[in-house]
Amino acid sequence: MSSEMNVSVPLPQTTPPLVMIRALGLIAAICGLIIVSAYQGTYDAVQENKRIAVERAVFKVIPTAKSIVEYWALPDGQIEKVGAGGAAQQGAIKFYAGYDERDALAGIAAEGAAKGYADSVRILFAYDPGQQAITGFGVVSSRETPGIGDKIVTDKAFLANFPLDAKVSNDSLANEIRAVKNGSKTSPWQVDAIAGATITSRAVAKAINDTAQALVPRLATHLDKLKDKP
Amino acid sequence: MSKTDRWDEFMEGVWRQNPIFVMVLGLCPALAVTVSAVNAISMGIATTFVLTCSCVLVSLLRKLIPKEVRIATYIVIIATFVTVVDYLIQAVSLALYDALGAFIQLIVVNCIILGRAEAHASKNSPLPALINALGMSLGFTLGLFALGAVREILGAGSLFGIALFGGSFQPWVVMVLPPGGFFVLGLWLLLFAALERRKQRKALEVAQHA
Amino acid sequence: MSIEIRSAPHIKAPRSVEQIMRHVVWSLLPVCAFYVFQYGLSALASLVVVTGSCLLTERWFTKTGTQSGDISDYSAVITGLLLALSLPPGFPLWMGAVAGFVAIALGKALFGGIGFNVFNPALVGRAFVQAAFPQAIASYTPSFLPGRFHEMIPSSMTLPLMQPADMMIWLKAKQLDALAGATPLAKWKFEGVLVGAEELLTSLSGHMAVGPSPLLILLCGAYLAFRRYMDWRIPAAVIGTAGLTAWLLFAFDSTHYPNPFFMLFSGGLILGAVYMATDMATSPVTPKGMWVYGALIGLLTVVIRYYSGLPEGVMYAILLANAATPLIEKVTQPTPFGKRAFSLFGRKKKKASYALHPGYISREDAGAVTPQKRFLSNKPKPPERES
Repeated sequence: MSSEMNVSVPLPQTTPPLVMIRALGLIAAICGLIIVSAYQGTYDAVQENKRIAVERAVFKVIPTAKSIVEYWALPDGQIEKVGAGGAAQQGAIKFYAGYDERDALAGIAAEGAAKGYADSVRILFAYDPGQQAITGFGVVSSRETPGIGDKIVTDKAFLANFPLDAKVSNDSLANEIRAVKNGSKTSPWQVDAIAGATITSRAVAKAINDTAQALVPRLATHLDKLKDKP
Repeated sequence: MSKTDRWDEFMEGVWRQNPIFVMVLGLCPALAVTVSAVNAISMGIATTFVLTCSCVLVSLLRKLIPKEVRIATYIVIIATFVTVVDYLIQAVSLALYDALGAFIQLIVVNCIILGRAEAHASKNSPLPALINALGMSLGFTLGLFALGAVREILGAGSLFGIALFGGSFQPWVVMVLPPGGFFVLGLWLLLFAALERRKQRKALEVAQHA
Repeated sequence: MSIEIRSAPHIKAPRSVEQIMRHVVWSLLPVCAFYVFQYGLSALASLVVVTGSCLLTERWFTKTGTQSGDISDYSAVITGLLLALSLPPGFPLWMGAVAGFVAIALGKALFGGIGFNVFNPALVGRAFVQAAFPQAIASYTPSFLPGRFHEMIPSSMTLPLMQPADMMIWLKAKQLDALAGATPLAKWKFEGVLVGAEELLTSLSGHMAVGPSPLLILLCGAYLAFRRYMDWRIPAAVIGTAGLTAWLLFAFDSTHYPNPFFMLFSGGLILGAVYMATDMATSPVTPKGMWVYGALIGLLTVVIRYYSGLPEGVMYAILLANAATPLIEKVTQPTPFGKRAFSLFGRKKKKASYALHPGYISREDAGAVTPQKRFLSNKPKPPERES
């Protein structure tokens, strides 16, 4: 009986492994070639675009700047030009020195981030060493509710918070930059929150404070070096 | 292949089997990036590029690809063109790249592309594969534009960035948020279903008269 | 001769959907009148426009035959009135019309009409405009303003698709400070200012930006419950749980959390508990299920109010509980009479009888017509030439 069952079933045709490997290898080679040529072909344009994007963002917060130089502020208090020597150290903060048309320092910009209402709010703020104050900020990325949270860049009363006092004492800011509820700002380092957008306002203040606490004291000793464009 | 055949092949994807409104495929980018008409069309162009290139390459290599590993091969080919389009968009505009976000990379898992490669390109010569892929891409782009245009008009009061209602327009915030995508897609599907129904009713009436 | 075949329960009650709905509308009229007394012409216009929009939409969908029910069953009137009461009085009328349309079209008609909807239609409409126009829905105006009976609140008359005018100027002209426009809940959440519970209960004192008096709503609700047009269990469970949760938190840390009476009488909790959570189509029919459902709403409301970025949480709490209703009904099914049910430990449960409560009305009694479902296939034709 079992012999009757043993009728030969036509086996599905299989491809020999070597053929498969050869085919896959060839296809992978073709694909690799396409990717590499695309990368090479677009590299310059992509780098140029990235540079323009950074410049545009910095020029927006430091209106008098005409050119920028990127620096790392290292944890040991030194500063170093980006790309000049070695990789960035742990705890290094990147900042941008903006220079005006006479190559004099117009301001310093740095990024900060803090948790907002929907997601992390990333901002770029400008620090003016002359005034020892935060003079303004721009949003890098935010997912705050349109019409409420995004008022931080349009609300006139909120923008009137700037310049924010950022004087240094003993390796940190003399006064913590923090948001206070609408209408109760008393000191130049407080941020008067937008009514109805308190959480986003708080995020802006915290983002500025977190970066400025670490960055501004490190800059104090290097202002002479930064004063003129290298 | 005659001229009308080619036209039919092309219109297949544009209308009769429109990826968004008929097959309801590739909804992830359709819902996520269509907050404005520009984003929608850019996404459509990016997908068009990936879809046509992959389909032509798959069609060219179809005799070479062993059937046991065909899906893996298709994915490698699709991923290649997605990477290329990723670089191209970065080279064209970083703002656009940020607006489309992760959804450029996610084109790789867009089921329209794998579906076309498997169902059509792997069984046809390059020319029909190209025509079919172009039709599908155009259908997809039109679908995205239909979503993006409505969402931009209501969500920002503009189309292609041009304000339509003047300064004091009240934006419908919900339209640029994810739920807006679902609402608008639902409305379009409703419209197409209603049109289809009317067509069937008309056909029935004609049949009864005859 | 036609024999009607129906599933249990076989109750013959001399009540129809239309009758119940009419009573709910009557009981809402004093609340609406008080609302108009508080805010004047704008409130009246809002009530009329929102309800009108609901009725027109209902008319369109019943006429085109895609939903059951009839425009004369008053259910769209209730939706409209509740929706208008839950919106700010100075809400632009065109937005109110959008809310009314969405409430009926998305909240009710798409599900198949009265009785088939999963979510409370009024709240669906409100949720839509909350997401679409977050600023307009958060801008309240103070009540009992002088001259409210011969002057509209300016934002009401906004042209369609346009932004409402800035209310600050108008408020300043009335010599009120800018904060007068914030609701007590928003004041507490963002400014830390607490309003007394007695003032909230009557809504009568000062220029508070509040809805109709919770006391009045409770009285009207009590009438409905007394006449058995509404089940008392749901409001009792909502108010009880919200009060208990708020009281526990208050006892735990009285500086951080407001007192439970503030929690109960502020915002739309009472209106939601009495009129919105009790919507028959979207709440459980089993008595035990009602308690669970109400408790869920009460708890969620307090949690959303305390721990989220929003000042008010009643709407989302009810919508979430609506979504949980089928599950709640499933797990709280009473044991049918005579059926032996065994619990986990093998002890016999002594439970009997089917829940008979007035909310359970067979739809056919109302003469409602169930539309013939004609689902057209919208599937792609099978690929012909791809082989």
